[in-house]
Amino acid sequence: MSKLIVSLSPHVHGGDSVQKNMYGVCIALVPALLASLWFFGLGAAIVLATSVLACVFFEWAIAKFLLKTNRCTICDGSAILTGLLLGFNLPSNLPIWIIIIGALVAIGVGKMTFGGLGCNPFNPALVGRVFLLISFPVQMTSWPVPGQLTAVGADAVTGATPLALISAGQLDKLPETTDLLFGQVGGSLGEVSALALLLGLAFMLWRKIITWHIPVSILGTVAVFTGILYLIDPTTFVNPLTHLLTGGMMLGACYMATDYVTSPMTKKGQIIYSICIGFLTVVIRLWGAYPEGMSFAILIMNAFTPLINTYCKPKRFGEVVRKEAAK
Amino acid sequence: MKTFRLGGVHPAENKLSAGSPIREAALPKQAVFSMFQHIGAPAKPVVQKGDVVKVGTLLGEAGGFVSAPIYSSVSGKVAKVDAALDASGTRRLAVYVDVEGDEWEESIDRSTELVKLSERPELDAKTIVEKIKNAGIVGMGGATFPCHVKLCPPPGCKAECVIINAVECEPYLTADHRLMLEHADEILEGVELIMKAVDVTRGYVGIENNKPDAIALMQEKAQSHPNIEIVPLKVKYPQGGEKQLIDAVIGRQVPAPPAIPINVGAVVQNVGTAFAIYQAVMKNKPLIDRVITVTGKSVKNPSNLMARLGTPFQQLIDECGGLPEDTGKIIGGGPMMGKALMSLEVPMTKGSSGLLIMNKKEARRSEPDPCIRCAKCVSACPMGLEPYLLASVSAQHDWETAENNDIVSCIECGSCQFTCPSRRPLLDNIRLGKSTVMGIIRSRAAAAKK
Amino acid sequence: MNVILIAVIVLGGIGLISALILYVASKKFAVHEDPRIAQVSEVLPQANCGGCGYPGCSGFATACVKAADGGSLGDLNCAPGGKAVMEKVAGILGLQAGEAAPKVAVVRCNGTCEARPRVVEFNGASSCKIQQMTGMGETMCGYGCLGGGDCVSACLFAAITVNPQTGLAEVDESKCTACGACAKACPRGIIEIRPAGPKGRRMVVLCNNKDKGAVANKACKSACIGCGKCVKTCDKFEAITLENNLAWIDPEKCKMCRKCEEACPKGAIRGFNFPPRKPKAETADNAQQAAAPKAEAPVAAKAETPATEVKQD
Repeated sequence: MSKLIVSLSPHVHGGDSVQKNMYGVCIALVPALLASLWFFGLGAAIVLATSVLACVFFEWAIAKFLLKTNRCTICDGSAILTGLLLGFNLPSNLPIWIIIIGALVAIGVGKMTFGGLGCNPFNPALVGRVFLLISFPVQMTSWPVPGQLTAVGADAVTGATPLALISAGQLDKLPETTDLLFGQVGGSLGEVSALALLLGLAFMLWRKIITWHIPVSILGTVAVFTGILYLIDPTTFVNPLTHLLTGGMMLGACYMATDYVTSPMTKKGQIIYSICIGFLTVVIRLWGAYPEGMSFAILIMNAFTPLINTYCKPKRFGEVVRKEAAK
Repeated sequence: MKTFRLGGVHPAENKLSAGSPIREAALPKQAVFSMFQHIGAPAKPVVQKGDVVKVGTLLGEAGGFVSAPIYSSVSGKVAKVDAALDASGTRRLAVYVDVEGDEWEESIDRSTELVKLSERPELDAKTIVEKIKNAGIVGMGGATFPCHVKLCPPPGCKAECVIINAVECEPYLTADHRLMLEHADEILEGVELIMKAVDVTRGYVGIENNKPDAIALMQEKAQSHPNIEIVPLKVKYPQGGEKQLIDAVIGRQVPAPPAIPINVGAVVQNVGTAFAIYQAVMKNKPLIDRVITVTGKSVKNPSNLMARLGTPFQQLIDECGGLPEDTGKIIGGGPMMGKALMSLEVPMTKGSSGLLIMNKKEARRSEPDPCIRCAKCVSACPMGLEPYLLASVSAQHDWETAENNDIVSCIECGSCQFTCPSRRPLLDNIRLGKSTVMGIIRSRAAAAKK
Repeated sequence: MNVILIAVIVLGGIGLISALILYVASKKFAVHEDPRIAQVSEVLPQANCGGCGYPGCSGFATACVKAADGGSLGDLNCAPGGKAVMEKVAGILGLQAGEAAPKVAVVRCNGTCEARPRVVEFNGASSCKIQQMTGMGETMCGYGCLGGGDCVSACLFAAITVNPQTGLAEVDESKCTACGACAKACPRGIIEIRPAGPKGRRMVVLCNNKDKGAVANKACKSACIGCGKCVKTCDKFEAITLENNLAWIDPEKCKMCRKCEEACPKGAIRGFNFPPRKPKAETADNAQQAAAPKAEAPVAAKAETPATEVKQD
């Protein structure tokens, strides 16, 4: 018999792993992936494949040649997830070289500079997306009209997105709510079909990958805030449902804001964080220069996460009694 | 169904030995009685090499108020009084007894006839506590806190109810479960004794609902004990933690240390302790044996054994089909809070509720990944702490932050580490931090006294 | 023109007011500090190791100045800086530097992987203190080096490493400043800060095992078994004491005759930085005759005269 092992308790483990969670989110993104392929065809496939491959490659290359670690981090699925989310945030006609730059910024600047998985203060996919949005505003804001299955790159016919219409005040041209739900609208790859994204959310909640707190609080805040505005003046403000179903709202609330690394640790903190995201998103959408505010709102709140973690402590056991005793 | 409010996890139950009735373990050739079988001051040996002892002869007297005497569980000759490797993994003072025959002290009533408290009206609270103290009874759930100390509330505190811990939330272990099925009457009498000792009229027995047969039987038997209520509880680890159990059963939360359960009016005792108390008070039998679950996925016959204290673990495992080939880890206690043993020569003590054999594959921890800040440990912590933070500040030796974040409240249940997807050694580091911070607090208090 | 003028006036005004506030604040809230503290601080190594017992080098400097006002530096000593720094400090404060013998950290364990077999394997966070919580660690010796490297991470001077071959912590004497951080970090108190001895020579019992002889011997082939041979050998100088089955050499009394080293049947006593001995047949025999307390310890011949030795680092 070989040597016995001694260690401190607990001696069993629940079997959860980083991989399970990361690939779980990837699986949850499958309906949205299929929807994007359905609406944007080949263009979507090229964008997503490039984005995922580039992210995985950069993660591997940086870990191996710059950080010189032997640990293989590409198997944990986080780079694949970043790639997928980055791809979902891009229009389907984006040139490949821009996507690769985005992946480099997402992985290189957004993640590996801070020490890799678990250390990044900002959501890497959003860092990549916002970098591209600021650097290549024209390419990043011309969205192809859905249904052009074989159109690639510059061939695709582009059109205005619902959010651009809202921003421009052309509320009468907005598509039907059912189209918004199923995705028959222009936009980034992953944000067109709200239904597919909600399916993925249900999967993540079922597998306990995330809790309801962040998505529900963000969507709730947006609904309440825009609802109040809609009640005040229905002619200038669109109804809350349209706000919830357009743009990156669903994608951001369910997949980007819920990123483990950059969201607060306690339930209380998560709710504060989510409410602020919802509020900022609406403010940027309605009064900001950009038609969409989700990514900026999430990045801003990512910066506040350490502060929220410092001040939002979970409710300690016995705290209630402690307070009573103090009285 | 009731359960505690904060956190908790659901480990796979693996109660392999639940169907196997308790059987007597054979007598060992040599029994080793550690003088450190309880929390508090060690017992002081009162025998010398060559002394002849019987079952029930005093070997070591209590070393203080928070201490317990130790009795021989075998008859024979004292071989030596020397250091022995015990379950703590260190060598500490113990009495070795070479076993000859099985002769009992006459004072012990060995009949199995049930004696009811109503038949013994002369027993008052003081006598009961005295008998419990002299019998060397400690918390049998594994904490081994001397029982009589809990039954003597500090001045200004008054117990309101007695809660019996029959939760057995540790996976694998079935000792308490079997004890309830086979000795329900004695346990309920034991509960009555505890209630009388602390002068309360309300008793609860908390049982998790993964033991429906035990709940049904106890409820049936409890009909003749109108003051005792059987409380079925929803399965969740660590429900057997004293504070969690109080929260689950009567909905009160014990404040952070130094508060103790009596501050919210509860006295918690393990179901095995209740049985031992019954035996001590009614049968004059000191604590010399207990039920231990010998189990593991590779063990041939996972069983519940009524074994004499001091029996080496080697013998217990031999009775259950021998040590499996692929043994990787031997754990004294359950898999969540038990202690990994260095060798099987370690003798059984008052707190040995289980002997768990893990195979090589189960035994080794996976390599930790970086913390992904998923907050699952925060959700799992039954004390409402932030394990990720406590572990990282402890690893960086930032004791001040650890103390400010209530590290001393940690009950070391292991839920955080169990649930961590990155498989980080959270509890290892938190233990390091907790012990250091407690040392700092103690030295600060000592300095303040001066 | 007007705009420029306004800008200049406003900015200049702000600057002036700020300067005034700063000036007043610096006068009003000025903290008087003894200028000698800064001077002393300057010559200290600024490693902030805490080996002196004060919080960092500035704390030590304050303590030195305070002590100097009392007339003498007393036993204040900066271990990393050594004599040179203390002389400078004394010079600044106008005092004579005390004679502080150089010290060095010694790892009192010789239980290499061969001598002290690993009976179990520790699987957990890499730290001696955590390993200590499992009990005896990986070996059957509850006193020996755990090899987890708590001392390594405590050392600010990179003077201590864990040798993967032996599994033991090793001190690099050229780097060790005897600040004592490793001794504090070691959960088993194996590391002792000892006088380095003349020319770096010293005799040390490389064991910390307080178990009885038979138990210690079973756990580790090079454990001190408390046989007392070294004590008998040293009856002239009485430098060796035996307490709790463990011998200890008093560095003040040790005359460096190295007889105890030869007398020890377990090879637990070792001389540091002595010249190599001439090969002798009987020494090898001694090492093999394990634990026979009554057997006469063959007293070795006189230790060689240390005339031509080369100091080993």
